[in-house]
Amino acid sequence: MNTSSEATGDVQSTSAPAVVSRVVLSAADIDRALTRIAYEILEANKGSQDLLLLGIPRRGYPLAQRLAAKLAASDPSVDPGAIVGQLDVTMFRDDLAQHPTRAPQPTELPASGIDGKTIVLVDDVLYSGRTIRAALDALVDLGRPRAVRLAVLVDRGHRELPIRADHVGKNLPTSSSEKVRVRLSEIDGGAAANDEVVIEAGA
Amino acid sequence: MRHLLSTEQLSREHAIQILDTAQEMSAVGEREIKKLPALRGRTVVNLFFEDSTRTRISFEAAAKRLSADVINFSAKGSSVSKGESLKDTAQTLEAMSADAVVIRHWASGAPARLANSGWIDAAVINAGDGTHAHPTQALLDAFTMRAHWAKLSGTPSVGADLTGMRVMIVGDVLHSRVARSNVWLLRTLGAHVTLVAPPTLLPVGVEHWPCEVSYDLDATLDSGVDAVMMLRVQAERMNASFFPSTREYARLWGFDDARLARLDALNLKDTIIMHPGPMNRGLEISSAAADSHRSTVLAQVRNGVSVRMAALYLLLSGEMRSEKTPAVAAQPSPSLPSVKDPS
Amino acid sequence: MTSTSYLIRSASLLGSTTADLLIRDGVIAAVGKDLDAATVDGATVIDAAGLVALPGMVDLHTHLREPGREDAETVETGTRAAALGGFTAVHAMANSSPVADTAGVVEQVHTLGRESGWVDVHPVGAVTVGLAGKQLAELGAMADSRARVRVFSDDGICVSDPVMMRRALEYVKAFDGVIAQHAQEPRLTEGAQMNEGIVSADLGLAGWPAVAEESIIARDVLLAQHVGSRLHVCHVSTAGSVEIIRWAKERGISVTAEVTPHHLLLTEELVRSYNPVYKVNPPLRADSDVHALRAALADGTIDIVGTDHAPHPSEAKECEWAAAAMGMTGLETALSVVQETMIESGLMTWEDFARVTSIAPAQIGRVEDQGRPLEVGEPANIVLVDPAARWNVDPAAMATKGRNSPFAGLVLPGKVVATFFHGHPTVLNGLLNTPYRHEGH
Repeated sequence: MNTSSEATGDVQSTSAPAVVSRVVLSAADIDRALTRIAYEILEANKGSQDLLLLGIPRRGYPLAQRLAAKLAASDPSVDPGAIVGQLDVTMFRDDLAQHPTRAPQPTELPASGIDGKTIVLVDDVLYSGRTIRAALDALVDLGRPRAVRLAVLVDRGHRELPIRADHVGKNLPTSSSEKVRVRLSEIDGGAAANDEVVIEAGA
Repeated sequence: MRHLLSTEQLSREHAIQILDTAQEMSAVGEREIKKLPALRGRTVVNLFFEDSTRTRISFEAAAKRLSADVINFSAKGSSVSKGESLKDTAQTLEAMSADAVVIRHWASGAPARLANSGWIDAAVINAGDGTHAHPTQALLDAFTMRAHWAKLSGTPSVGADLTGMRVMIVGDVLHSRVARSNVWLLRTLGAHVTLVAPPTLLPVGVEHWPCEVSYDLDATLDSGVDAVMMLRVQAERMNASFFPSTREYARLWGFDDARLARLDALNLKDTIIMHPGPMNRGLEISSAAADSHRSTVLAQVRNGVSVRMAALYLLLSGEMRSEKTPAVAAQPSPSLPSVKDPS
Repeated sequence: MTSTSYLIRSASLLGSTTADLLIRDGVIAAVGKDLDAATVDGATVIDAAGLVALPGMVDLHTHLREPGREDAETVETGTRAAALGGFTAVHAMANSSPVADTAGVVEQVHTLGRESGWVDVHPVGAVTVGLAGKQLAELGAMADSRARVRVFSDDGICVSDPVMMRRALEYVKAFDGVIAQHAQEPRLTEGAQMNEGIVSADLGLAGWPAVAEESIIARDVLLAQHVGSRLHVCHVSTAGSVEIIRWAKERGISVTAEVTPHHLLLTEELVRSYNPVYKVNPPLRADSDVHALRAALADGTIDIVGTDHAPHPSEAKECEWAAAAMGMTGLETALSVVQETMIESGLMTWEDFARVTSIAPAQIGRVEDQGRPLEVGEPANIVLVDPAARWNVDPAAMATKGRNSPFAGLVLPGKVVATFFHGHPTVLNGLLNTPYRHEGH
């Protein structure tokens, strides 16, 4: 059961050999992109004051943790464990009736709560925008942040809603028949120990 | 999973999925805004052929927390011709486009009948049928036990089962849908179950169930137990010669103050006492036991909402519901029984 | 009146010798191989190669529902079903409304049967007034009526009072009657829904213990021995009942026993569907009981097959199990189910089939012109069966009003091709033909 962003679809582990895939971001590319995003976040927020990072399960959460570590590296006043949370959006999706049943993941907020904070939503791939729409609804039920921003590793286009990211690791023009797969060691460990972003040609 | 009719056929995977989902649902109950939009626009009908305010409001709260529209349909007493009523009611609900029917019925098998008859296309959730099954009660009991069991072992409860847990179910097993559903579910989750009851209140055939049977409450306590589940004694059993008197029943099969003290004496400090409610204080359970720190009675009620949210969510979301094929194949085909070659 | 003659050519008589049968004026006029042209002159020829000729089946246990429950069945529809099923006589159970407990009611049923003309209808008289078990019905009046009742039963309800049962057994000796007992101890079966055992424990349905049947049979055979009367046990359903009946017969007690087709084929496992089409009294039992019943029918411990054909309107079955009526239709499937369970399994021959479905039931019911050998001069009550045919049971296609067949959807062997009733074909080519017209109508 994959509750990650819509771009990756279901993880079909290793696809049939006929599928042509190419690596668009290596582990080093991903790390550089996150470093840059971390700086952008600090700059946009004018420091780390009242900043919280909420990752969207599943791959947004480890990305948020990595971003927090990078923030802490550049600003020693940041406690990376205290500013990261996870925001499950399963129950807020608009496609529950069409997709295989998703078991919700835990929503875990930092102890400070979200009222008056600047929230950075973190996800791996931005595609139709529906996941982010659901995340905004989920946030409303949890409190009233001062501002909400969006950071994504990959923006592949094809938006269906008026939503855009504030911080983008890489813009990837894709055809909608292609699949963008993000592999992160925290989630896809084992054989896929190396981080990478791959585009697979459509069937 | 198309319907939730009993726990006998529920796989370990599905059972744990329901419990894990319930765990996330329980977090919603602790928020200021106790509502999720997951089932917005869906219609859940509570169809009750038998009174049970507790179960009905639990399902109602569950459906409303998921933003479903809830229609309460009390069919009790409206069955002039008993035969017609279930079919007619089902077709009425179908015409009203119910997405889920939560059914409580005095007749064993009525939910299965509703699910398999082809009268209605909605998901059917059994909220207790006759003396057959009460799957959401068993799931909330298992949820309560799992939380306790995980806390004791210091491990997360998500994904966990009840392997190694020793559970006693005490009382009127013969007429108890709660006991039946618990026996099957606890077996699936790896717990060790012992039924304790007077022989008159055990069904013929109980020896084929996946559990132990004992007539001796104290001996079973002495052998060690992690959860004691007391069953309600229905008033109509009291004068039907199932046992000589309520006094003798309370003495031999009731969880009284002496047995509460016995748990301490046996150093079973973590044993919990469960009851599906409503309780007959002084008969199957003493007030001291019901109100002790061991009692999980209120936690069970609380967990009931979470478990029912999980069941509704899992049955009503996902592609299984979009397979809107008429339920023609639902009727089990009457294949020839395996008696063709007498030996 | 029928003056038409029929030549059944090359039928297998009782499944053994192949011969022609000439039917003329209601009787078997000639039997032999290649009957000569002069003998068969003018006869309608029916090619019966590959078909088995049997004496018309006699059902000792049929619910025709009329008078009173014409929505469930009438004499007309029930006897059509009987003819299609290969029967030439049925015994109409007494639990109609009003109950068949007076000469007036049994004569009415008898007359309806004669007017319908599909099979002989022999009314069964109630043992007690209104089936209430309190007072003997006028057994003698029914015996002396035009219906000439010989079988008495409160079927559906057990004559549970031992004194009442004793008196009934004694009384019917006066006219060579028989008490057909529905063996069900009432207190042990209060609210009972299905066989008590592993399945009832799982399903949470109130159990119907075997002992409730067996204890009544044990009592009744001892009573029959004590008063020297004939006892017939309806629809035996348990292995224990078989043992008691075997014991009684060994002691020379005059007891006969019956098994239904459904108890020869179906088990309680079907109840797991909670589909009330499997709800019946006595209930479907365990696999071991089914084996015991088949063995008992084969070795003669159980004498006959009785259908217990019990049609119900669909609303009586389209409901919760506990609210549903008990009973199954059976007239149009009996032959096939018995072939499936007893003949295909090698336990019985077609000759045995004729014994348990025709000869023995006619003897128990004292029906003199039925269950006769296929010989010259005998009444031409004959059924032709294609044993190689296979058919899909479809209740909607049946002649009975009842749609409550537990065999729906099964493929069963054996098809009735023709039924001759008093020499007249009520069924031809597997389809209803025309009824027989009794003289005087």
